[in-house]
Amino acid sequence: MPVAGVLPLADRTITEARELLERREVSSRELTEACLARIARDGGELNTFIAVGEERALAAADAADAATATGDARPLLGIPYALKDIFVTRALDDAGQPDGGLPTTAGSKILAGYRSPYASSAEERLGAAGAVLLGKTNCDEFAMGSSNENSAYGPVRNPWDRSTVPGGSSGGSSAAVAAGQAFFATGTDTGGSIRQPAALSGVVGMKPTYGRVSRYGMVAFASSLDQCGPFGRSVRDVATVLEALAGHDPRDSTSVNVPVPDYAAALTGEVRGLRLGVPREYFVAGMEPGVEASVRAAIGVLEGLGAEIVEVSLPSTDKGLATYYIITPAEASANLARYDGVRYGQSAGDDDLLTNYLATRGDGFGPEVKRRIILGTYALSAGYYDAYYVKAQQVRTLIKAEFDAVLADVDALLAPTSPSVAFKIGAKTDEPLLMYLNDACTLPVNIAGLPGISVPCGLADALPVGFQVIGRAFDEETVLRVADAYERAAGFSDLRPPTAHD
Amino acid sequence: MISRSDVEHVARLARLGLTDDELDRMVGQLSRILEAVNVLQSVDTSAIDPTAQVIELENVMRDDVASDAQRLSREAALAGAPLREGPMLRVPVVLEEGR
Repeated sequence: MPVAGVLPLADRTITEARELLERREVSSRELTEACLARIARDGGELNTFIAVGEERALAAADAADAATATGDARPLLGIPYALKDIFVTRALDDAGQPDGGLPTTAGSKILAGYRSPYASSAEERLGAAGAVLLGKTNCDEFAMGSSNENSAYGPVRNPWDRSTVPGGSSGGSSAAVAAGQAFFATGTDTGGSIRQPAALSGVVGMKPTYGRVSRYGMVAFASSLDQCGPFGRSVRDVATVLEALAGHDPRDSTSVNVPVPDYAAALTGEVRGLRLGVPREYFVAGMEPGVEASVRAAIGVLEGLGAEIVEVSLPSTDKGLATYYIITPAEASANLARYDGVRYGQSAGDDDLLTNYLATRGDGFGPEVKRRIILGTYALSAGYYDAYYVKAQQVRTLIKAEFDAVLADVDALLAPTSPSVAFKIGAKTDEPLLMYLNDACTLPVNIAGLPGISVPCGLADALPVGFQVIGRAFDEETVLRVADAYERAAGFSDLRPPTAHD
Repeated sequence: MISRSDVEHVARLARLGLTDDELDRMVGQLSRILEAVNVLQSVDTSAIDPTAQVIELENVMRDDVASDAQRLSREAALAGAPLREGPMLRVPVVLEEGR
C-alpha cells in the first residue's frame, strides 16, 4: 500500500490538491492533465466515461489558474471532476447548434446523441464553484441497476479487479474516482446507487436527505426517492462537494428551503457522547463473512473512540425490497412515458402513432428498463393498484416510522452498505431478483428519505468493503462527523486500486 | 401468477414493443418478482396511511411571469426533435376524419 504523501498526483484528495494549488506547487492544468492522462490510459478498458470534453476542461483549468493568481481560494476552484451521465449538461446554443458542451445519454440508446438545451443544477453549481468538468461517466440505463451492466454503452470494470463490477448504478463515477480519473464525481441514489458502488469501488459516497440537493436537470427514475450526491476519496472531500451542491433551488419543487451548514466544520474527529445504533436486521443471512467482519471491526473502532454503541431493531427491514420494487417501477413507468419519439431522443419515424410508440420504445430501451416499465405499469393498472401500489405506500409509512422512532433514541445508525464485495461481471445478470438483493441494506434509507454515507472499511478477498452511516433527516453533519472520525482512526484512507501509479 | 397475455396487455398499455423472446423471458422473471413482492400482503396495514413522499411538502406558488433563468429559444427547444417541419414538431396523425 502506498504511503501518504507519495501517492501520484491523480490519486490524492481534494484537500491535498487544494493545498498544492494554494502553495502554487501545482496548477489546475496539471491536475486536469493528470486526470486526462489516466482516462487516456485506463478509461477505455474500464469504460468509465461515455463522453470526455478535453478541450473545455483544459480551458476551464486555465481560467481557474488565472483566478488563483488573483487570490481566489474557493474550496473546489480548479478541481477536476466528472458528472454521472444522468445529469444534463448544456450542449446547444440559442440557435440550436452544438456549443461544445457534452451530450447526455442516461446510459440509454434512446437518448444516443441527445444534446440538452439547458444545464443541470449540479453542472451549474459545480461550475460556479470553479470546479473543472472532465466528462460524463457511464451508468446503468436510467440509473436502473446495481452493477453497471445495464448501460447501453457497455459495462464498467472495477479498477480493483477488472473481471468484477464496480457496483451501480453510478459505477462509472465510483470507478473513475477510485482510479484517479477525477478528484470527485456526482452520482444519483434511488436505492443505493451512490453508496453501493462507493463500497464496491473503495471510495466514499454520500446520499443526502431527500430534498437537500436539487434534482433539476437530473434525468428522472423514481422521483420520490432520487437524490444527487458526491463521490470522493475522503469524507472531507465529500463534505466539501456536498456543500457546493446543497441548497434550495426553486426549479425543483421538492428541494427544501433550509440553511446549508458548514459541513467541514462538523468534522471534529470527536464521537464521544454520540449514541450509535446497530440495526440487527441489517446483518442478514447471505452476507459474506469477510464483509461482516470488516463492518463489525469498523463499529469496534467507533466504540474505541468513545461512541456508545447500542443494538436497535428495524423490524420491517425485510419488507424494504418488496416495497421498493413496487414504488420505483411504478414511478419509473410514469417518468419514462416522456420518451415518446416526438420531442427528443430516438424515433422509429413511423407514420402510425401506436406503431411509432411501440417501435421507438421497444428498440430504444434495454431489458432492465423494459422489465421495470412492465412491472410498474402492472402495479398501477386497474385491479392491482390497491393491492400493490397503495399497499407498498402503506408499508413505506411503517418503514419510515421505525427509522424515526429509532433515530429519536440514537444519533445515527451503523450498518453494512452491501452484503457482498464486487462480484464477477455476468454473475448475476440472468436473475433480476438476485441482482436486486445487492441493495437490501441501502434502499430502506431511500424509502425513508434519510441521509447515508458509505465509507471504506478495509478489504475482504482483496476487494473493498464499505460500511454505512445513516442519520436523521437533514442531519448530514452527524453522518459526516461519524464517518470522518472513523476514517481518521481506521487507517484505510490511502487504500487505492492497482491503477494508482503514473 | 402472471400470464403471457397479461404481459402483452401491460406492454401495450405502456406503449412498449416486445419481441417474442422478450415476452417469454419476462413472464418467468416477472412471476418471480411478483412472488417476492407478495410478502407485503402479510403486513397488516389496515390502520396505516400511505406515504407518497417523505418530506412535508406544500404547494409552492409563484407569480405567473416568464423567467429569464429558464428561458429556452425555440431553436434550442426543438433541436432534439427527431422529426420537424420548420418551427414545428412533426407528429403522427392522431385525429383522422371519420374516426
